[in-house]
Amino acid sequence: MIQVLVPSQLHAYTGGVSRLEAAGSVIAEVLDDLDQRFPGLKFRIIDEQDRVRPHMRLFVGKTAARDIHARLRDGDELLIFGALSGG
Amino acid sequence: MSDLLIGTRKGAWILRDEGERAGWRLEGPLFLGQIVNHFVADPRAPHIWLVAAKTGHLGPTVLRSMDAGETWSEARRPPAFPKADDPANARAVSHTFWLQPGHASEPGVWWAGASPPGLFRSEDNGEIWESVAGFNDHPMYTEWAPPGEGTPDGPLLNQIAIDPRDAAHMYLATSTAGVFESLDHGANWAPLNQGVEANFLPDPYPEFGQDAHFIALAPTRPDRIWQQNHCGIYRLDRPGTRWTRIGKAMPPDVGDVGFTIVPHPRNADTAWVFPMDGTDVWPRVSPGGRPAVYRTIDAGESWTRQACGFPAEQAWMTVKRQAFCADEGTPLGLYLGATNGEVWASADEGETWREIARRLPEIYSVAAAPRA
Repeated sequence: MIQVLVPSQLHAYTGGVSRLEAAGSVIAEVLDDLDQRFPGLKFRIIDEQDRVRPHMRLFVGKTAARDIHARLRDGDELLIFGALSGG
Repeated sequence: MSDLLIGTRKGAWILRDEGERAGWRLEGPLFLGQIVNHFVADPRAPHIWLVAAKTGHLGPTVLRSMDAGETWSEARRPPAFPKADDPANARAVSHTFWLQPGHASEPGVWWAGASPPGLFRSEDNGEIWESVAGFNDHPMYTEWAPPGEGTPDGPLLNQIAIDPRDAAHMYLATSTAGVFESLDHGANWAPLNQGVEANFLPDPYPEFGQDAHFIALAPTRPDRIWQQNHCGIYRLDRPGTRWTRIGKAMPPDVGDVGFTIVPHPRNADTAWVFPMDGTDVWPRVSPGGRPAVYRTIDAGESWTRQACGFPAEQAWMTVKRQAFCADEGTPLGLYLGATNGEVWASADEGETWREIARRLPEIYSVAAAPRA
């Protein structure tokens, strides 16, 4: 399982939960798993061309990830952040 | 009786009519922090409300209420372009800008316009949206919507209008190529811009390339199209194909630049505009700091200033495309929302105005919603 950090911008989907587990061997599968449980969540992060949206940031551990097909290992941590927008 | 649905850069609000347009109660916020470009009720089913939303971080979505705002859900498939084989042509909806209830004969059908210019259709009250290939995959698409061009808010497909006599007859307006017409339910589109200026292009009267800020059909004479364009106010009476610049009759010191135009729902010769300063660096505020609407009752032959109630000086208001509307009352009620967060109302067809809300975030849309 993958440990996922969900940012405040998405708490409306997760009922306020910021840390949870999801299944998947690549980032896209983890996001699909989350989207199954919290419908609509994935499209707010990833556009229709499978690109991470401009003001969202994904990290696997401490490594930035822009490719949602990047592989994950069991126990990895996927961190989702909203970054550098607002005001 | 109508309520007002207010979309802002920071969420949505509802102004409840507390009795014959004499008192208004502000409810909200809904979706605080979401950028709400359009908040619309369905005239065919007034309990159905749709909201076009995104945030600074999160991608776009459509929020839906089937019970006049009591409960909300999210579109299962928001407007989105098809997955592209070629990454160079991979378009993604930045935001949905315009929500259009479909023809009266097609309950449940909605249309949406997006940035970058995109046309989308739903058959289930906004739950599932499909890309309309007739526009989005048209061989001329990249000419009509050149990548990277557009308004400060991005290039827009900013209006959709449907002929009330024929669901297959549609118009749309874009910020990149002007007005288009479809005679086949959106399967194909052709430019409709003869006579409309584009003073920012080498050819100032091109086949397409104009910035059509707003179009509206006269409800009692749908062959009449009003247009507030980047370069002036126009009218087109079909089957004619050449627009007439009726804004030439506006006072020269006011000009005929603005974002929106509101036709009278019962009188095809009457419409209102909210002019803004289009000189020099295009300040896009009330000329001279003296806000006013201008009304024509003779199809644009002449215009009358209506400013009673607005500040007489130092009021630099900007009213955006979706932020000026009418109700169905007699006399007609008019409502506008400004980017300074004020909502103004007239219960006498523009003769007098009063502020009915203030200190809201930057207002993007104001729509009258008949009480469900």
